[in-house]
Amino acid sequence: MLRRLHTEQPDSFAFTPENQKWAEAQIGKYPEGRQASAVIPLLWRAQEQEGWVSKPIIETVAQMLDLANIRVFEVASFYFMFQLKPVGEVAHFQICGTTSCMICGAEDLIAVCKDKIADTPHTISTDGKFSWEEVECLGACSNAPMAQIGKDYYEDLTAERFAEIIDEFAAGMVPTPGPQNGRYASEPLSGLTSLTIPEKDMVAENASKELARVLADTNSRITDGRGVSEPKNGPVGSGPVAKAAPVAAPVAASKPAPAAKPAAALASKPAAAARPASSGSWTDTVSADSGKAGAGRGQTDLKPSVSLVDEATLRDGVGTWKYQGQASASSAAPAITVATDVGETADTAGGETTPALLSAAREGGADDLKLIKGVGPKLEGVLNDMGIYHFDQIAVWTASEVAWVDGRLKFKGRIDRDGWIDQAKSLAAGGAAK
Amino acid sequence: MSDLKKIKVDGIEIEVDGAMNLLQACEEAGKEIPRFCYHERLSIAGNCRMCLVEVKGGPPKPAASCAMQVRDLRPGPEGQAPEVFTNTPMVKKAREGVMEFLLINHPLDCPICDQGGECDLQDQAMAYGVDFSRFREPKRAVDDIELGPLVGTQMTRCISCTRCVRFTTEVCGITQMGQTGRGEDAEIASYLNAALDSELQGNVVDLCPVGALTNKPYSFNARPWEMKKTESIDVMDALGSNIRVDVRGREVMRILPRNHDDVNEEWISDKARHIVDGLRRQRLDKPYIRKEGKLTAVSWSEALSFAAEAMKGKKVGAIAGDLAPVEAMFALKQLVEGLGGVVEGRTDGAALPIGNRSGVIGNATIADIDGAERVLLIGTNPRIEAPVLNARIRKAWLNGARVARIGAPADLTYDVVEIGHSCDALSQLAAMDHSDKHGHPGVIILGQDAISGPDGAAVLGVVMNLAEVSQSKLMILHTAASRVGGMDIGFANDAGMNGLADAEVVYNLGADEVDIAPGAFVIYQGSHGDRGAHRADVILPGAAYTEQSGLFVNTEGRPQIASRAGFPPGEAKEDWAIIRALSAQLDATQPWNDLAGLRSALFGEFPHLARIDQIESAVWAPVDADEMADGSFGSAIDDHYLTNPIARASATMAELSRLAAERASAKMAAE
Repeated sequence: MLRRLHTEQPDSFAFTPENQKWAEAQIGKYPEGRQASAVIPLLWRAQEQEGWVSKPIIETVAQMLDLANIRVFEVASFYFMFQLKPVGEVAHFQICGTTSCMICGAEDLIAVCKDKIADTPHTISTDGKFSWEEVECLGACSNAPMAQIGKDYYEDLTAERFAEIIDEFAAGMVPTPGPQNGRYASEPLSGLTSLTIPEKDMVAENASKELARVLADTNSRITDGRGVSEPKNGPVGSGPVAKAAPVAAPVAASKPAPAAKPAAALASKPAAAARPASSGSWTDTVSADSGKAGAGRGQTDLKPSVSLVDEATLRDGVGTWKYQGQASASSAAPAITVATDVGETADTAGGETTPALLSAAREGGADDLKLIKGVGPKLEGVLNDMGIYHFDQIAVWTASEVAWVDGRLKFKGRIDRDGWIDQAKSLAAGGAAK
Repeated sequence: MSDLKKIKVDGIEIEVDGAMNLLQACEEAGKEIPRFCYHERLSIAGNCRMCLVEVKGGPPKPAASCAMQVRDLRPGPEGQAPEVFTNTPMVKKAREGVMEFLLINHPLDCPICDQGGECDLQDQAMAYGVDFSRFREPKRAVDDIELGPLVGTQMTRCISCTRCVRFTTEVCGITQMGQTGRGEDAEIASYLNAALDSELQGNVVDLCPVGALTNKPYSFNARPWEMKKTESIDVMDALGSNIRVDVRGREVMRILPRNHDDVNEEWISDKARHIVDGLRRQRLDKPYIRKEGKLTAVSWSEALSFAAEAMKGKKVGAIAGDLAPVEAMFALKQLVEGLGGVVEGRTDGAALPIGNRSGVIGNATIADIDGAERVLLIGTNPRIEAPVLNARIRKAWLNGARVARIGAPADLTYDVVEIGHSCDALSQLAAMDHSDKHGHPGVIILGQDAISGPDGAAVLGVVMNLAEVSQSKLMILHTAASRVGGMDIGFANDAGMNGLADAEVVYNLGADEVDIAPGAFVIYQGSHGDRGAHRADVILPGAAYTEQSGLFVNTEGRPQIASRAGFPPGEAKEDWAIIRALSAQLDATQPWNDLAGLRSALFGEFPHLARIDQIESAVWAPVDADEMADGSFGSAIDDHYLTNPIARASATMAELSRLAAERASAKMAAE
C-alpha cells in the first residue's frame, strides 16, 4: 500500500498540555543524543490524540526531536499502525485478514465493512463515523475471525454480530470487547479439558476484557473526545498501588456485575477498599486523580484472587522502572511516609525503593538471619537496625529494594552474589539454607 | 597500525586493518565484490545484499561483506586466520538470487535509459543475472519525483540502494530526500516534493547505480561509448576539481568528476558539471574590430594588425580574467612588459602580496581540513565560493571539528559559531590569548572579500599573525581559477588595478568582471561575448578551458593541467597562439613556436609549476599587520551560479540562479 501524506491537511497541531508533558517525559527517557528514538511514542501519542498522523504532526514531532521532517515521515510511512489518512470519528475497524481469520470468515467481515462503511479501505463512511482497513495478523488466531477497534480486540466474530457491533457504535454505545460467542478467552468452545479452574476461582471475564470495560478505552476518542487522559496506556497498576500488592494480598475482589456503562463499573469497583488502610496516603493520591485514572491504577483488583509466586515482585519491578519519575513527582508527600508494620515507603531516588520495614520483631521473636549464607552476627545487627527481622521480609525484596539495602551495607553486591532472596524464601517456607 | 588482522580471502592470506570491512579486505586481496548500496564515502546501509560472501566458520549463510568488519571475524579452531570466500557456489547462488529479486521490478528499458552502457546493474547482471524471468505477477511502477532542473528521475528503475539519500544527508547536508514506505512500496521521496537545495546535487546522478536519477540537461543526448573522454581540471572555482570532459564530435556533452582525494574527493559542484551548455552559447568565433562604433567581423590578419597598430608606441596595460591559464598570462606578461606596459591579475582588488607566496596560498592544504579540530572562516562563504570544499568542512564538522566565522551569517549546512562580522571582531579575536589552541590542528580559511578593499593587506597581516600565534594553518580561499597561477608568475603590479589607470591601450585577457574607464582602447581576448567584449575595440576570439591545454594553480598552490577535450568554435584560437601571433605583428616575436616551447620557457623561470599535482610549500612570511579600517566581511561572490562568462552564457546556470534567488526570497518572506 502506497503511503503518502494525505492530500488535505489540517493547518496546525499541538499536543494537549497533558500529552505535551507525557511526550517530554518520553523524550527524557533516552540518553543524551538519542532523543530521536522517541519518534514512535510521540507519533503514536499524537495519533491517539488526533486519530491520524497529519503533516503538522510530523513537523511538530520533528521539531521536538530536532529531526528533519523527512526522517519522521520515513518512520510514519513505514509503520502501518500510523494512519496517514483521516479515520472515522467514532471508530476505525482493523480487520485481520491473515490466514486463520481469512479461513474463518474475515472476508465476510470485510464484506460487512464494504456494505456498512465504505467500498474501499481507509475511506470514511458518509456519516463520517467509521473507516476500516484490512491488516496483517493481529495474533488472535485462536479467536478468528477478529477485528481490532481502537485498542480492543473483538473476537470470534460472525458477519451478523460484526454488523451489530457497527450499529452499536453508531448508536453511541461501546460493545463489550473480547470473544463474541460466549467464550471466556481462547479455550475450546466446549470448555476446558485440562488445567481446569475450580468454580470458586472462576472470574466472570478474562482480564483484558474486563480491563477494557473498566477503562472504556475501546477507542479513546469515543470516551473523552479528542483528549487522552494521562495514565491510559501507561503501565496499568504501576507505581504506588502495585506496591501495596505484596503485603495486602489482593482481597478477593468482588466481581462487578457487567454494567451497561463503563462508568458504572468504575463506581462499583471497591478500589480503595482493596488497599490496606495504612497506605492511605497512596489512596489519597489515587483518589485525588480523576476517576478514570484511579480505575487504571486499580487493575490490581482485577487480578485473580490467588497471587502467583513472584507476581508482586515482577509487577513491582515494572512499576519502579516505568514510572518512578512520575510517581515521585505526583506524590512527593507519601514518598517519605514512615514505615509501619505493613506500610512501605517508595524512596524512588536513584532507582532505590525502601523495602517493607518493621519497627520491631513480630511476636515470636526475630528470625535467625544468620542462617542466610553470607550473613554473620555483624550483618544481622545491621539488618535489624534497619528494621529487617524476618526471612519473609527479605524474600519479597525487589531489585530496587535490594538496591536500597545494598546502598546501606558495607558490602555492595553481596545480596545478589549470595542469593539472599532465594535463601530467605526457602527459610521462610521452613526449609534450610542452601 | 596496531590493529592489523590476518585474513584469508579465497586462500590468499593478507594482513589488513581490523577496522576495514570485508569488502575492502577482499578488494585488498584483488577480489572485486559487486555492490550497489556500498560507497566508500558514505555511511554503510547494507541493504542491497549484492556483496554477499561466504565466511568460514560463521553462520551457514552468506554475509554482507560491506557491513562486517575484519575484526568481527572469529579465527579458526587453532587460531588460524579467518577465511572468506568470494567465489564459492554458495556465494554465486546468493548473488544470483539477489540479482533476480532486483530485476523483478526493474524495467527492461535499457535501450532508452541514459545509464545504458555505464550502469552497475547492467554490468552486474552480465555476471549474476539470468536470461529469463520467473516472475509472472504484475510489476511495480513508481511515480517520478521532481528534484529540480538538474536531476531527472525515472523512479521505476530505482533499486532502493539509498545512496542518494545518504549523499544528500551526509555530504550535502540537506534534508529533503528520504526513503518512505516499506517493502514493495518503498520509494525514494523528497519531502513535500521539494527540489534539492544544494550546490552538489549533481553528484547523486553519478552515485545512482542505475538510471533512476539522471542528468537532466544531458538526458537523451549521447551514449557513453560515443564520447571521447578527456581528463581535465575544472575552472569554475579555485579548487581545481579534477574532472573528465566527455566530448562527442567537437561538442562537450557532459562533465564528470574524477577522484582526487586531496582536492575534490570524487565530487564536483553543480556549476562545474552543468556549465556545459555555456560552452556552446554566446561564443566568439570570429575576430571583430570596432568600425564607426560598431563591431564588425574581420579576418584574423586584419584584426591583429589593427590591434598591433593601436598598441604601438602607446602605454599598454593588461588585465587577466578568472579563467585565464598560466601560459596565456605568462605570454601576455612577456609581451606587454616588453612594450613597457603594466599587467594586473587581481581584478577584484584583493591585496595579495606580490612575491610572497605564503600570502597568496597560505600554508594549509585542502586535506588539512579533514584533520582539523577547529576551522575559522573569515570573510568567506565556502558554500558558494567552493561548494566541494564546503562539503569537506562539513565532513570535518561531522567528525567533531568546531567551525567559527567572522563574516556575514549564511547557511553552510553545518553549525557555525558566529564571532562577528567586522574587522573589529577580527582584531578582538587577534588580541586574545591563543596558546590553548597549540597542539590542536586548526585551519583558518580567509576569503577574498576580507582582503579586498583598501585595508586588505592589513587584514591579511592580522590573519597571518593570528594563524601564527594560534598555530593554525592558513588557507586563502580564492574564487578565481587563474589567480594563484597569475600571482605565481607575477602577473601583477605594485599599484594594483590603479596601475592601469593611465593606460591608453588595455589588453583584456578574458576579464569580464571589471569596468574599463572610457577612453582607453580595449583589446579583448576571450571565449564569450560578455561584458568585456561589449567594451572592446578589437575582439580576438579565444578558446575556453575545455578547448586548450592550460595550467591552473589551485587555491592551495597545486599546479594542475587542464587538457584539450575539443576544439574552439569557428576561427577562435588558443590563447597563447593569439598572443604569439600578435607579438609578431608588434615586431617583438616571442621565442616559442608551440605550447611546449612556451611551457619550457615558463618552467625555466618558475620551476615549481612544472611539478604537476605537487604543492610547492611557500616560505612563511607574514605580512605587516597594519591598522585595519572598520568594515564588515561578506562573501566575494554574490551569485554563485553566474560568476564567469561561461556560466552567464549557460541557460542551466541562469535557471539555477533564478531558483536560488526564489528560495532566498521565500526564506526572507518566511522570516
